[in-house]
Amino acid sequence: MHVPEGFLDVPTSLATGAIAAAGVGLALRGARRELDDRTAPMAGLVATFVFAAQMINFPVGAGTSGHLLGGALAAVLVGPWSAVLCISVVLLVQALFMADGGITALGTNVTLMALVGAGIGWLVFAGLRRVLPRSTPSIVAAAAVAGFVSVLAAATTFTALFSLGGTLPVDPAKVLVAMVGWHTLIALGEAAITGLVVASVIGVRPDLVYGAAPVLQARELEIRLPDSQVVR
Amino acid sequence: MGAGHGHRLHFHAHSPIHRAPAHLKIVALVVFMLVVVATPRQAYAVFAVEAAALVGVVLLSRVPAPYLAKRMVIEVPFAVFAVLVPFVAYGPRIDVLGVSVSEPGLLAAGALLIKGTLGVLASLTLAATTEPQDVLRGLERLRMPDLIVQIMGFMIRYLDVVTAELARMMVAMRSRGCEPRSPQHWPTLARAMGSLFIRSYERGERVHLAMLSRGYDGRLP
Repeated sequence: MHVPEGFLDVPTSLATGAIAAAGVGLALRGARRELDDRTAPMAGLVATFVFAAQMINFPVGAGTSGHLLGGALAAVLVGPWSAVLCISVVLLVQALFMADGGITALGTNVTLMALVGAGIGWLVFAGLRRVLPRSTPSIVAAAAVAGFVSVLAAATTFTALFSLGGTLPVDPAKVLVAMVGWHTLIALGEAAITGLVVASVIGVRPDLVYGAAPVLQARELEIRLPDSQVVR
Repeated sequence: MGAGHGHRLHFHAHSPIHRAPAHLKIVALVVFMLVVVATPRQAYAVFAVEAAALVGVVLLSRVPAPYLAKRMVIEVPFAVFAVLVPFVAYGPRIDVLGVSVSEPGLLAAGALLIKGTLGVLASLTLAATTEPQDVLRGLERLRMPDLIVQIMGFMIRYLDVVTAELARMMVAMRSRGCEPRSPQHWPTLARAMGSLFIRSYERGERVHLAMLSRGYDGRLP
């Protein structure tokens, strides 16, 4: 769900725009650490992947559908700063070329989906990774929970912005109930798909999952001989 | 890769709007949208002027109306939401066609719909009259950080390549009796998306190496 034009008033839109610009500025520095001089082509292709992933709709109920936000997924796969950068570019391209999400709401959308979505997603993931045992299943579980929390965090932040500068005469408490209720369903889909995708990438190319790096360092080479003897 | 380098939203034509410098068009779009969003919700005369100005630009750009109308379907989910607002908003109730709705809710929803429609039409007009490469150059002139412009450039370049790859995966899944939308088949969908990520990432690595071998030093010429 992209926030469209005219949903929030001008001061709120400008304020979120400033927050988004500051956040993206930090992400520009951070992404160079994560991806070094490969940043432009790699982030470009990952942004394209996120865009493609967002095209897949899943039924939420009552004949409507939601789509993946992808903030937590991108953060686990390529690291938090690159994820913020990728999601921001996806939103920028969607607003400028596809009229998906308002031009004046771009700052709001970047704040919600890139900063809150990927940022909170990463914090939850990194926190859980520290607590859970060091194994790949815990990476998958942490990614799924991060996906769930990131969607609800974005929905809650939207409600907070709406109560500050919403243009509709609707009670913010009602908006909160509707947003959280609705997004709990979307968050369940997001959690399932985030976990499953991370699991499938770990299964094939574990070295590509940024969030799994600390777990993988603990593995050592095993050579299994035909008589089931294991040489380390 | 023989795929087209343009994007499907660009409409090729020759008009003053097509020829206008991209950075001016981007600034005009942002200023126009700020004015539209700042317009009070019942200033219908101002909305009429704004709509007339926008329609004037569309006519001048010679982009056919059906072309834009088809692409405005992106607005539909949002329009459905706007229609629901009068029913849940607070304030005095009035009867419209025998249904009780909130009066301020109705006015706000109307304004939201007008602003949203103007926004979608204005953005689509920019996209229809400006080549993506020109939009990127315009953003560059507006001091958008170089790295962001480069990432956008790569995203636009590979958008059709990656989405076509996804579309082929979906066809392959469906032809094997798998419905990607159904939660029952999510594990299969997730494996497809996982491999789409790996393919995209590896394509990025190959592109980077190809660029290095052609003298890339962190900046595009």
